[in-house]
Amino acid sequence: MGTFLKLSWVNLKLFLREPLTVVFSLALPLIILFVLGGVFGNETPQPGEDVVFRGIGAMSYYVPAYVALVVASVCVISIPTHLASDRERGVLKRLHASSVGVWAVAGAEVAVACVLSVVSGAILLVAAWLVYDFEPAESVVVVLGVFVLLTLGFASFGIFLGSILPTARAAQAVGMLVWFVMLFLGGAGPPPEVLTGAMQTMSEFTPLWHAVLMMQDAWLGLDAGLSWLIFSAIGVVSAVLGLRFFRWE
Amino acid sequence: MPPIVDVQHLEKRYGSFVAVEDVTFSVEEGEIFGILGPNGAGKTTTVECLQGLRRADGGDLHVLGYDPRVDAKPLRRQIGSQLQESALPDRIKVWEALDLFSSLVPSGQPWEIVMDQWGLSPKRDAKFGNLSGGQQQRLFVALAVVNAPRLVFFDEMTTGLDPMSRRVTWDLVRQVRDQGTTVVLVTHFMDEAEELCDRIAVINEKRVVAIDSPDGLIEEFGGGATVTFSTDAADLGFLDLVEEVDGVRQQGRRVTVTGYGALLVNVAAALVAHGLKPIDLSSHRASLEDVFLTITGEER
Repeated sequence: MGTFLKLSWVNLKLFLREPLTVVFSLALPLIILFVLGGVFGNETPQPGEDVVFRGIGAMSYYVPAYVALVVASVCVISIPTHLASDRERGVLKRLHASSVGVWAVAGAEVAVACVLSVVSGAILLVAAWLVYDFEPAESVVVVLGVFVLLTLGFASFGIFLGSILPTARAAQAVGMLVWFVMLFLGGAGPPPEVLTGAMQTMSEFTPLWHAVLMMQDAWLGLDAGLSWLIFSAIGVVSAVLGLRFFRWE
Repeated sequence: MPPIVDVQHLEKRYGSFVAVEDVTFSVEEGEIFGILGPNGAGKTTTVECLQGLRRADGGDLHVLGYDPRVDAKPLRRQIGSQLQESALPDRIKVWEALDLFSSLVPSGQPWEIVMDQWGLSPKRDAKFGNLSGGQQQRLFVALAVVNAPRLVFFDEMTTGLDPMSRRVTWDLVRQVRDQGTTVVLVTHFMDEAEELCDRIAVINEKRVVAIDSPDGLIEEFGGGATVTFSTDAADLGFLDLVEEVDGVRQQGRRVTVTGYGALLVNVAAALVAHGLKPIDLSSHRASLEDVFLTITGEER
């Protein structure tokens, strides 16, 4: 336990000393959210119009979606890059030689991702709240529960990517690619209703799509079915494969 | 007392590639034991198997009484380690690294004491990436002993260091030993092995080809000693009878005596006894490097 906490604390400090990563993980989702807000406004659709944004105002749609997106950005870009970089430089091997276990290493990544997700989610909400008039959360408790589930699931996915990708450069490139594809197809870019049929099918395979639905459902009291089950399954499979393929060097 | 490290017929393969075939040696408590060999000979593989970082495919291994294949975890808590090609994150501070690694083994010394002891206090808040090569090695040594181990492994510590930093690093290694810790030192530098090690195992082509003290290796493989001098005297037959002399060769005024043991002293005594006092009497003894090249069969 001591090892896990100490490693988490050191990792958090190291993360904060990388200004570019901080800016990217925290600021990019915020910037995109404001661009989307500028483009789409937040008008509730009138009867007879095409249904976009699940029938609600654009910002009421996007704010919960972007809470899910910041979690994904921390977990899918930062975790794989950090893990692969530590392995490439021999940091993991050195920790292994001092009998640090795989659980402590993976756990520390998840812990740091949790802290960063909470902070960036809070920044996003405050910034959006100052500018936009979006709907408040129906149930704060359910939203927090979903938030924890999203963080654990995406963190597992990030550890899986960090375990299978050989170098920090590969991890960063793949992490960014996955993140951007998820952003555009997973409901955090264009409204899902305007995607083509093929794109909609692909979006079903991105964890972000299910994460966005879960967060919106919790936030707005909607019900989009089995997303929570699919997302949890992705998280569990990622965790198993991530630990299975974890390498110290 | 049983040896602190005992390896019998260690074997390690990566797929079909055999990295180590038949490595056998033992390390006594309190010594600096060198593992010397050319690049790719299997040195690092050997010590990483001993630390349980790699799983040996064959042979008997005992380190501090543990089998690294079975009890890697408790073993690693009692040994110190400096790994080849291993680094710390660039932005970690010296004190943070010491704090982290000391927390891994609660029985160790407080990291503040270790930091003082290894002269790192002035660099307490410096980041790893900003340290010089020598300072980084100092930190690695401190991290290796922070858990007060009985045994440490140092793998290629001085590769890439300038001559000054190498000397300082050598002093650090001696300091570790002087505190009662046994050292296993992997190196491909002859001067380093000759300078530091009490005994050396020479590994070549995946197996141990010789084990002895540096002097012992030179004695055994160095082709003995050579004494040369110049003289006008014609009859040097008496030299053939001198103790430990193998042969005498005369080319004009120049005389070369080959032999072994304390050749120079014996030859000098005989010369003086026969009234000869050459001013250029000198002795050449093979260096460890000569021995190494002989053993590993490499072209000079």
